[in-house]
Amino acid sequence: MIDSVLIPLFKIVILLVGVLTAVAYMVLLERKVQAWVQVRLGPMRVGPHGVLQPIADVVKLIIKEDITPARADRWVYTLAPILVLVPALIVFAVIPIGESITMFGREVPLYLTDINVGLLYIVSVSSVGVYGIILGGWASNSKYPLLGALRASAQLVSYEVAVTMTLVSLILMAGTLSMVGIVEAQREAGLWYIFVQPVAFVIFLIGGLAETNRAPFDMPEAESELVAGFHTEYSGIRFALFFLAEYANMIVVSAVATTLFLGGWLRPFPNVAVLAPLGLVPGWAWFLLKTFLFLYFFLQVRATLPRYRYDQLMRLGWKVLIPLAIANLFVTGAARVLL
Amino acid sequence: MPQNPQSLFDTDELVINMGPQHPSTHGVLRVVLRLDGERVVDADVVIGYLHRGVEKLCEHRDWTQIVLITDRMDYVAAATNNLGYCETVEKLMSFEVPRRAVYIRTLLSELQRIASHLVWLGSHAMDIGAVTVFLYCLRERELALDLFEEYSGARLTYNCMRVGGMPFDLPAGFDRKVREFCDIVEEKLLEYETLLTQNRIWLERTRGVGVISAADAVAIGLSGPSLRASGVLRDVRKDEPYAAYADLEFDVPIGGAGDTYDRYLVRLEEFRQSTRIIRQVLDGMPEGPVMGKVPRLIKPPAGETYHAIESPKGELGYFIVSDGKALSPYRFRVRPPSFCNLQALRQLVRGHLVADVVALIGTIDIVLGEVDR
Amino acid sequence: MGEAIAFYSLAALILVFAVLVVSARSAVHSVLFLVANFLCVAVLYVLLHAEFLAVIQVLVYAGGILVLYLFVVMLVNLKRAPEEASDPRRRDRFGLLLSGAILAELAAIVLYSFAAPWSHTAGAAAVPGPGNVETVGRALYVDYVIPFEVASILLLVAMVGAIVLAKRDL
Repeated sequence: MIDSVLIPLFKIVILLVGVLTAVAYMVLLERKVQAWVQVRLGPMRVGPHGVLQPIADVVKLIIKEDITPARADRWVYTLAPILVLVPALIVFAVIPIGESITMFGREVPLYLTDINVGLLYIVSVSSVGVYGIILGGWASNSKYPLLGALRASAQLVSYEVAVTMTLVSLILMAGTLSMVGIVEAQREAGLWYIFVQPVAFVIFLIGGLAETNRAPFDMPEAESELVAGFHTEYSGIRFALFFLAEYANMIVVSAVATTLFLGGWLRPFPNVAVLAPLGLVPGWAWFLLKTFLFLYFFLQVRATLPRYRYDQLMRLGWKVLIPLAIANLFVTGAARVLL
Repeated sequence: MPQNPQSLFDTDELVINMGPQHPSTHGVLRVVLRLDGERVVDADVVIGYLHRGVEKLCEHRDWTQIVLITDRMDYVAAATNNLGYCETVEKLMSFEVPRRAVYIRTLLSELQRIASHLVWLGSHAMDIGAVTVFLYCLRERELALDLFEEYSGARLTYNCMRVGGMPFDLPAGFDRKVREFCDIVEEKLLEYETLLTQNRIWLERTRGVGVISAADAVAIGLSGPSLRASGVLRDVRKDEPYAAYADLEFDVPIGGAGDTYDRYLVRLEEFRQSTRIIRQVLDGMPEGPVMGKVPRLIKPPAGETYHAIESPKGELGYFIVSDGKALSPYRFRVRPPSFCNLQALRQLVRGHLVADVVALIGTIDIVLGEVDR
Repeated sequence: MGEAIAFYSLAALILVFAVLVVSARSAVHSVLFLVANFLCVAVLYVLLHAEFLAVIQVLVYAGGILVLYLFVVMLVNLKRAPEEASDPRRRDRFGLLLSGAILAELAAIVLYSFAAPWSHTAGAAAVPGPGNVETVGRALYVDYVIPFEVASILLLVAMVGAIVLAKRDL
């Protein structure tokens, strides 16, 4: 009873609370990092250095008037933000944060579940998230959201191909689809996969930026072109859900990249004995640190680069990344067979 | 089934309204776009949301009061507006302004050019998604505004010139501060260029976008950097020197391709030329009075005149008719560069994508206060 | 017991969604119900311990194909119903014929399976433990590689054809 219900339930609660807090503070961090890059201070008023700003933001979004446009499709309009958020959250179920830890004399693995198709599960669940975006844009019955929704879905669908291709070459390396298995495979290889699969890593990173609609691929919500993209008409708590999902997706991409390329909870260079003292730091701390580095990268990119144009983005996806990913797949496959 | 197989996959055109409330139409410009997918089939530019009747207003003010109305046309370049008006009236009166005043005017108008171009660069970059550049540009513009504040007491609408000369002499230490400002601008320009000039995304977004040939540019009536980027050498400062420009040495950068990237490069080079001019002006600043002996009540003789200057955005011309009797102009007409340059927009955006529209509105550098007047 | 409850409630849901797909007034709603239907089918696969199939069901059908359906439905103006001119009764008759044929087919399957009960041994051998990814892979790329390749070539041809048709100037 305790093992099959209580502990997973407890883990789900911790995970959800953790992710939602992380999202709230990601927003603050994003504003702060951007501010630092742009010689500003960022939020400073709520709490010391604005640390309580996320709480103020959440309260504001919750108590704000929630408007449904008069000619919107009510049901779909309400459903859309939920459809975006739910996939973004349930993906966390298979992400291994660390190895097992012993708590109250009981061994508790630091992941919700380890299904044998973990990686595919992530890909498939996140592919469902696109519905929320399309439907949100369509149900608003407004032109800018519709354009934003079309862009977003086209972008998601095309970059999914490239990203999935890179994942296939990683699966070839690891020989398993399980997220825990992939980390274990890196431990056995004694090498993070970023060193073996640098091309795949770059493609994954670019694809990840595109799939989370982050700059320089933030076309779907390019505020200088499409006002706010697919969620132009949304306000209040429903807007907050979209917002939450966007940042949750960033965390997902970072966590997946950490697991696949940076060895998840493994310390740097797990095979080098000299660095053994690094093993004193618990695995989950390494995982969080690496994930944070990715997130920081996302923020820094946003503050640095201009925005791609829609057709250029598609060209980059279809004419550069996908062929590159396929070529990488071929090379990986050939290497696996020959070596 | 439709009879024509071609129309089987035809989609409806989508008409969207960009503006007047839109984050990147630089104020209250309204562009009605007819889209085929994301491609612009046609665009209709609707203006007039900021019309205040400046020209008519000026016909009911006396000659000294008009200076402050001109501030409110191109509100990011008030000093050049003042300059154009004052010089036109002086031309009408055949009045010789003291040399020191002329030099101060030149100094202020070049400072203004830098400040205005900084606003342009920032907002243009922000439209294309480089938000950081925007804040960097405003940081430097702040320094320019500090200088203007020190001279005139105002930061946006300076009202800093008078018919017949300048209201004040330069404050103490102004020379040094302006030189420091020039150094900073030159240094920071490199910073912007690091972020943009060689940036692949920036190149892809601007190169070959919104090409306008030299012949078309002339036919439309473009002026200023937008015209020069198409390869037409026309700069009022060189062609019909006013203020102190005849004494100064500077180059007029021109482009070749006439695309958005060339317009960007031309304006960046103008920053450097402006600092060069400012240094020369400071070096050659003559001593003497700053205000000429004009009558207390200005009343130009009957006649009409047109006088143009090179404002940061292009050729800013004033056509003023005086009947020699009334205390205000009989007819007051402005040739605003933003308004004339805006006419190119329709031709520029046709066939481009929605994303380019904002880039193109940015590249022609308009200020709605001047377009609508 | 729990499995049976799950199965029957899922089956009921699938049927309800299927009915809603055809009865929904708005085409977008129809597509949404179809998505829900497919997701339920995916859960059914999970109940059968075919996780790989479940995930692929979500990825390909729900995440891929139906997104394209949604695109088409959203972008095509459905108010211009194409069959306005034709005789509605002819359509009804055609529908009746089609559903009759499908019903007959279903009945045949049911009768056949009653006549020759499906042997459990043949199926059970194909699912050795948890590794159903390997099983599916082996089936597709070893046992049935020729039909698989033929199908993919067919799809490729169809794709090229669609592009040629849709592209105005090639």
